[in-house]
Amino acid sequence: MEPMNWWAIIAQIFWQFIPVWIALILLFSVSFIYKKRLGLYGKLYDSAIGLIGFGLVMFWVFVGVFGAMDFIITHDPLSQVSGMKNKPPGTPMRGATAGEFGYYLLGGDNLARDVFSRVVKGAWIVTQIAPLATLFAFMVGITLGLPAGYYGGRLDILLSFIANLILAFPVILLFYLLVTPEIVATGVPSYMATVLFVFPLIFAGVLLNSRFHTQPKVRTPLLIIVLGIMFWTYLSLVSEPGSKVDLLPSSLDLFDIPGGILVVFVSVVFVNAPTVFRIVRGLTLDIKTRDYVAAAQTRGEGSWYIMLWEILPNARGPLIVDFCLRIGYTTILLGTLGFFGLGLPPESPDWGTTINEGRKLLSIYLHPALPPAIALLSLVLGLNLLADGLREESLKD
Amino acid sequence: MGVFILRRIGVMILTALCLTFIVFFMTNLYPNLEKLAKTQGNFRMTEAEVQSYLDRNGYLQPIFSKYAQWLGVAPGWTKAVNDGVRGRCVHGTVSVDEINNAPKYCGILQGNWGFSTVFKNDVGPLVLARLGLTGKLMMWVLLLMIPLALMIGVLAGMREGSATDRSLSTISIVTTATPEYVSGVIFVAVFASSTVGLKWFKGTATAAMEDATFNNFFLPVLTIALYGMGYIARMTRASMTEVMTAQFIRTARLKGASFLRIVLKHALRNALIAPFTVIMLQFPWLLNGVVIVETLFNYKGFGWLLVQAAGNNDIELLLAVSVASVVVVLLTQLISDIGYVFLNPRIRIS
Amino acid sequence: MFHCKIVFSFGEKMNKITYQDGPILEINKLSISFFTRLREIPAVMDFSVNVQPREAVGLVGESGCGKSTVALGIMQDLGKNGRVVGGSIKFKGRDLSQVSDVELRDIRGNEIAMIYQEPMASLNPAMRIGKQLIEVPIIHEGISEREAVMRALEVVRDVKLPDPERILKSYPHQLSGGQQQRIVIAMALMSKPSLLILDEPTTALDVTVEAAVVELVKDLGKKYGTSMLFISHNLGLVLETCDRICVMYSGEAVERGSIKDVFDEMQHPYTQALFQSIPLPGADKNERPLVAIPGNFPLPHERPKGCNFGPRCRYFEKERCDVTDIPMSLVPSNDRHATRCLRFQEIDWATSGGSVEEKEKTKIGDVVLKIEDLKKYYEVASNTLFDGGNKRVVKANETLSFEAHESETLAIVGESGCGKSTFAKVLMGLETATQGQILLDDRNIEQVPIEQRNKKTVGEVQMVFQNPFDTLNPSMTVGRQIIRALEIFGVGDSNEARQQRMLELLDLVKLPRSFAERMPRQLSGGQKQRVGIARAFAGDARIVVADEPVSALDVSVQAAVTDLLMEIQREQKITLLFISHDLSIVRYLSDRVIVMYLGHVVELGSTEQVFSPPYHPYTEALLSAVPIADTSVQKQHIVLEGDIPSAMNPPSGCPFHTRCRWKSEVPYNLCERDIPEVQELDNGHQIKCHLSNKQLDRMEPVIKIAAE
Repeated sequence: MEPMNWWAIIAQIFWQFIPVWIALILLFSVSFIYKKRLGLYGKLYDSAIGLIGFGLVMFWVFVGVFGAMDFIITHDPLSQVSGMKNKPPGTPMRGATAGEFGYYLLGGDNLARDVFSRVVKGAWIVTQIAPLATLFAFMVGITLGLPAGYYGGRLDILLSFIANLILAFPVILLFYLLVTPEIVATGVPSYMATVLFVFPLIFAGVLLNSRFHTQPKVRTPLLIIVLGIMFWTYLSLVSEPGSKVDLLPSSLDLFDIPGGILVVFVSVVFVNAPTVFRIVRGLTLDIKTRDYVAAAQTRGEGSWYIMLWEILPNARGPLIVDFCLRIGYTTILLGTLGFFGLGLPPESPDWGTTINEGRKLLSIYLHPALPPAIALLSLVLGLNLLADGLREESLKD
Repeated sequence: MGVFILRRIGVMILTALCLTFIVFFMTNLYPNLEKLAKTQGNFRMTEAEVQSYLDRNGYLQPIFSKYAQWLGVAPGWTKAVNDGVRGRCVHGTVSVDEINNAPKYCGILQGNWGFSTVFKNDVGPLVLARLGLTGKLMMWVLLLMIPLALMIGVLAGMREGSATDRSLSTISIVTTATPEYVSGVIFVAVFASSTVGLKWFKGTATAAMEDATFNNFFLPVLTIALYGMGYIARMTRASMTEVMTAQFIRTARLKGASFLRIVLKHALRNALIAPFTVIMLQFPWLLNGVVIVETLFNYKGFGWLLVQAAGNNDIELLLAVSVASVVVVLLTQLISDIGYVFLNPRIRIS
Repeated sequence: MFHCKIVFSFGEKMNKITYQDGPILEINKLSISFFTRLREIPAVMDFSVNVQPREAVGLVGESGCGKSTVALGIMQDLGKNGRVVGGSIKFKGRDLSQVSDVELRDIRGNEIAMIYQEPMASLNPAMRIGKQLIEVPIIHEGISEREAVMRALEVVRDVKLPDPERILKSYPHQLSGGQQQRIVIAMALMSKPSLLILDEPTTALDVTVEAAVVELVKDLGKKYGTSMLFISHNLGLVLETCDRICVMYSGEAVERGSIKDVFDEMQHPYTQALFQSIPLPGADKNERPLVAIPGNFPLPHERPKGCNFGPRCRYFEKERCDVTDIPMSLVPSNDRHATRCLRFQEIDWATSGGSVEEKEKTKIGDVVLKIEDLKKYYEVASNTLFDGGNKRVVKANETLSFEAHESETLAIVGESGCGKSTFAKVLMGLETATQGQILLDDRNIEQVPIEQRNKKTVGEVQMVFQNPFDTLNPSMTVGRQIIRALEIFGVGDSNEARQQRMLELLDLVKLPRSFAERMPRQLSGGQKQRVGIARAFAGDARIVVADEPVSALDVSVQAAVTDLLMEIQREQKITLLFISHDLSIVRYLSDRVIVMYLGHVVELGSTEQVFSPPYHPYTEALLSAVPIADTSVQKQHIVLEGDIPSAMNPPSGCPFHTRCRWKSEVPYNLCERDIPEVQELDNGHQIKCHLSNKQLDRMEPVIKIAAE
């Protein structure tokens, strides 16, 4: 078989992405029709920059989702095929069986795996971990930042000191200290997870209680159900058979997260939370001087109601923008971890690891390192543009 | 002012103590010590051998006592073994006389930073030399990054929404979205590899440690500078656009001042207050970039040292490295606070 | 017509446009629009006004009527989206839309200067005052820096600032608000412009400071021979400063003429309605209540056909007023008096037009709230960033004692820093008192913070806030916010009951029930304030503290909101503590008045007692400072020196002695040494002053209404 030329490769890649294109077109046309009713998200459709960014982000999200469902990939991202080592893009596969795609679209890497499929699979890892980790970081940052800003005083001094302490730590050093097999063995990351993952529970509990405490009949069952479900999820999340934190019998454990992923997750949350804390604290200091906060105080509302229902909703603009930026930053951090070979297993198809693998032979072979580099670049760029668009549109109010 | 600086220095020392203790604690966790013992001895050591190695080298003392010794506020340990005496303040096994002649305290307060198990050398000079190399790198980074970033930011923010603004903003967004390990890889691929064939620059900067030339040093400098630049430029732009819509700019305009005069005399100083703090707070991030770039370009500076120390659990080297980086970070924060006060007359004491 | 030639006292380069006759500024059928992505928004339409040499013209209207846009149009500084779409602006005979950028720069600051609303924001925070001042002549006249500094010193002296050398070396934030505004005025005068545009120059200042600044502007206008365009929402201020007036409504000039013609023989229904909605002396909440203008200001893109004021006008005639655009027509027999009304010759302007219903006077009941020797001190670190933590004590409230009765309106009057808001906080339980007691129906509440008060007490003492744009949570519907208050006060036992009660509360404040579903940003300022009032009454409040509830609203809306408060008071017999700095409204609605200055109650008595002599010297000055929009009122001019001292660092002795004009009458320097005792005059009238009874008796009334 002849190798594919560049046009054929591009056309074939385009074809492989068909489910993504369909999903994007559907999403955009439906949102565009109902944009008037969709609030800030709808307004995004008025901003060219925001729309480009959103398109890029959703592209990778759909690539991740469909890739995970094995729609897009042409080969197994982990299997090595003899004779395909470092082969350039478009090389026909030797001894391809029937029903198997006959080419390595973007060539083979140093271990003769298909680069295209690895990039697609890598998208799934990134689009899973980065937003979730950022969400947890926000939960921690908000739950601590609100009282620090609202009460001020000693609590503020203490929390701010701790936040600054973590921020003064060089991130790389922190990762090297946290994300090693030896540290995982001591259980430190598991303990940290146990602490950090409590915050969403506290957040939800306080949020609902402060809102409904005037109606005990609604409050009590609501709290029991919501916190019950969350607590179960929490236990499943932190407990892992065989590790230091093994709280739940395996029959009740909903899912297992491999220690490597958990530790990466925890460290990313840990690094991001102080910055979120500082932003939330600053916003709280600003908003708490408003008259509607004073009005809530003069009718005897509890502090947590004021923080969560009067202050937080009005801080959402800057927080949403920062959320987008921070997902981008987290993606970069994940890449950094992969680049140093920390945390994720070495055969993992995530982009950072792949770039690190590819850079070793960079002066001879470009094709294994460039696609994941460009993928990461475009995703982070998309998130940045999206944040810019959102900022612009939210300011127009 | 004096009280303010003193208080800040107090907080700095407290922060540094907390951080080093955390590093100390993490590196002295048993699995880490076990790994250390096995790398120093051999990988087939039995549990008992590991225990005896650790005991002979004083690793099994309580953590606080070890930390106090490292600081130099407690006397260093000594231990009688079969063939003599071992101690914190001496190398290897020595005679009783020697240990009596050796100083009692030997922590960082006495200027003793310990011994690197990886490089088999004293930590102090080792860190200093590497810091010097990284200092050279950083100097060029800052020289390239700050003027470029401020210029882009001011030019873009001067007239919000203009074509200049749009193109410069796009450039800065693209650079913030490109982490060093991506831009570095792309730069090497394009400018230094044989596949593209440009070969304008060298793909490694090892030679730059002795003799830095444009040829071997530009790519690493550019890689770090670009990532930081976008962020500072965007901050400057935001600050500049905000200032340009401020009422006092309208006052200046309605005084009849020309656009150039408005930008230079009225807007600039106000617009630079925010980016100044940002530049200073960039330092912990820049350190990140330094580690990546030094690894990528094989430039054996401070970042490279950090990777080596952390990868091999070289405890005392790692501690020294963290002290150095924490001090750098906190110093920049102090400078940023003081500078902020001087740039912003509203805060200055009357 | 004047024949004017400006004579320069400095030997500067002659770089002004020379001109002979005619108006300095001639605006003819000007239209200005702003362009957004969706539509064109006309901000000013068919607007004409002339300013003659040495003449001061007032431009009056409510917020959003386009008066500031006219000013920016004159300065040719409409921004990216604004454009002149019709008509012309001629300055000294030259069409400003035709001049080049370079010529425009020569005119700005040199020929036309502007003074703005927010002095702090309009000065460069990072540049010394001197630098900002000398920049003007250096740009325009190219004189040397030394010469410019000399001139700056002179002008700073002219605006009556003490120690000019020191002022030139300071940064804006080191000066008080009043001083900053004087600097802005000085900056405008640096190049001796022929036209001065003042855009609400005193809105951000305290009343007594405002009076001094207005006085200064008037004097300097005369001294420098400058024409003035004075933009304001305050008719009283315009009366005091201007020769002619132009009233604007919704982008158009509706009436134009000399002050006397417009004030005494108004020819437009809007002008008339405006005057009826402001509390002039003589207005009374029971006998002569204010008449609010019905309806709302139309949004720029929703203006009605024909007369813009039509839908709110009581003389509106269908198929006549709503057909075509209405031109300005001259009022015969008056000098240059024009009105934009088709029916002005048919209307009988002598009768007030609307039906004025007299209201029954409410009976004042028992004492519900008793304050005894209340003190509130704060400890503050004087400079957190640099000091070693020196603590200072701020005495926000000093020995407050008074009573408030059921159905009574008790006004607390004072300027910034007088401690009225601190008192409100202590009463509400947001702070606890340092000393003394607050008795609510014989229960002590001064030491009970809000968290420890029971639902009933919290619901009984409620508050209405000043800033309508801040008083509602922007991300919750109006209904939800009221229901939340009901939940907290334990009103209603089911969601349905509370929903019903919420709708009733909306009825109470005269808002349509459909507003329950709206978000606050869809409401106008007055409507938001009504929701704030509804929320305050959710828990059957008995005592309502209203902290300047109308000062941020437009005049026509003020009347409606005040009226609403009075009506609810009549129905529910509430005690209203009305905190305000505006003596006109206080005189209109309150039964008793407390005057506060720097934490002290300086005068206390019934409205009658406080508003007629003998006064406390501060009350006297305050009364004189309030501008009154009535040509028949004669006022004594008492201008206070300097600014209000900081509460952080109050003067020794009597807090008012630094600005008191009667101080010299008190022997032995008593004012500087001792805090005066409270003197009981007649019938509960108290004054905290060293002046003897004889001296107090000599005081003359500040405001006299000329016999008609």
